[in-house]
Amino acid sequence: MHDFQNTAWWAILWSLIKIVIVVVPLLLGVAYLTLAERKVIGYMQVRLGPNRVGFKGSLQPIADAIKLMFKEVIIPTNANRFLFLAAPVLAFVPALLVWAAIPFGPGVAISNMNAGLLYVLAIAGLGVYGIIVAGWASNSKYAFLGAMRAAAQLVAYEIAMGFALVGVLMLAQTLNLTKIVEAQAGGGFWSWYWLPLFPFFLVYFISGIAETNRAPFDVAEGESEIVAGFHVEYSGMAFALFFLAEYANMIFVSLLTTVLFLGGWYAPINTPLLTWIPGIVWLLLKTAFLLYVFLWIRATFPRYRYDQIMRLGWKVFIPVTIAWIVVIGVALETPLRAILR
Amino acid sequence: MLPVTTILFYVFSAILLGSATLVVTARNPVYATLYLVLAFFNAAALFILLGAEFLGLILILVYVGAVMVLFLFVVMMLDINLARLKEGFLSYLPLGLAIAILGVLELAVVFWTSPLGHITAPTAIPANADNTRALGILLYTQYLYPFEIAAVILLVAIIAAIALTLRRRTGAKTQNIGAQMAVRAKDRVYLVDLREPKS
Repeated sequence: MHDFQNTAWWAILWSLIKIVIVVVPLLLGVAYLTLAERKVIGYMQVRLGPNRVGFKGSLQPIADAIKLMFKEVIIPTNANRFLFLAAPVLAFVPALLVWAAIPFGPGVAISNMNAGLLYVLAIAGLGVYGIIVAGWASNSKYAFLGAMRAAAQLVAYEIAMGFALVGVLMLAQTLNLTKIVEAQAGGGFWSWYWLPLFPFFLVYFISGIAETNRAPFDVAEGESEIVAGFHVEYSGMAFALFFLAEYANMIFVSLLTTVLFLGGWYAPINTPLLTWIPGIVWLLLKTAFLLYVFLWIRATFPRYRYDQIMRLGWKVFIPVTIAWIVVIGVALETPLRAILR
Repeated sequence: MLPVTTILFYVFSAILLGSATLVVTARNPVYATLYLVLAFFNAAALFILLGAEFLGLILILVYVGAVMVLFLFVVMMLDINLARLKEGFLSYLPLGLAIAILGVLELAVVFWTSPLGHITAPTAIPANADNTRALGILLYTQYLYPFEIAAVILLVAIIAAIALTLRRRTGAKTQNIGAQMAVRAKDRVYLVDLREPKS
């Protein structure tokens, strides 16, 4: 047994076990996030939301999943068959890959890599290929317009997102996500990075909403103008994969915002009663709160006009982040350094 | 038995070379672009195998995540005419081959005169630094001026590209965002009392 634990096979097996431990709850989370979304938005709009399947609608996601699995996948005439079917996979795989670097507690991650922050930024940007390829391969004008919008939007917001992460990097002095959380330890919620990096916190979270194509930045779907945008031709499980990717990305953005700006697994106030609660509970609570904000924003704001999205990305977020990088850079050279780091 | 990393190296290299060939030979430009993405991805994997995770991830972030998205953006809008695309292939072949051979020769000269192992390691790096930190320290100390000059050249290129494509159209309607934001309800809504005045 001990010999076996030193072999490469054991390393592979152990990685697979860790992946299953992360991915299964993630997919369950995605399923119930769809229910939560419909319930939360329902109550905000003085409706009940789904309440027929199971106790108060609790089995609705399962029913939806079964429905989607048994639906026919229709491939449009003159669509590029291979890319049409590859596109949902291209969207879904990066949405799972990013979870490899996410720390769930001190040292608890599939891979506690040194360049974790860079890894999640790089992989999260790949999801757009699924959208673009889907739009092109569908051989449909609406899908194509959605793909064009998604490409332009992603490039605009990824720059702002990258700059926001530079701020975190300057304070934490490391790209390792676990160490970034540990650098926020100490005095409870006012030692977390949302305070010194408040503009970055807002820019990152809003860019995250834009990157996941959620309302009010969901022009790639834009059902009032371009029907359903890039996935208008998709049905059944092919559509479901896009859906899964979108919701997995929402959870990922919320979790990463928690890790980078809201102190990860640390309790908000350093009292024995709160620190006694396990870190994973705090991590998930903060993530759940940010997910709620996602839904809240969707229920509250009208969709941005396309040119307004571009203006917000290029002319507001990027200048704001560059200015705040200079502020942080200067502050780190003053006695404030002791407080900031 | 070969070490795992060696096997991985050959796998990634094979995919890299295969997809690079397909970039040139693919009949459909969208496929060619996607093969180029695959090639970049495998190049990044090779960097990471060498322990240069910073370079590998930056390659994915910049080239796969941004540059190739814009490429795809442009290529998708092309009218794909295979016959016309195939026409130029043979006439460009000699030029392409000449450039390829020149590149190989230049690399050979570099490796011949200074094999990589013999390049003297820079001194200013602490021993325990990971390669992101090491790269940062070198770029901002020893290689500060080349780095800054490269940055300025890129900036000039950006400004030049914008200047080339910028055209001032007369009569185009644009919005004045400042004026829009400054609007208050009383500027737009004017309440009129329509009741008949009491006599």
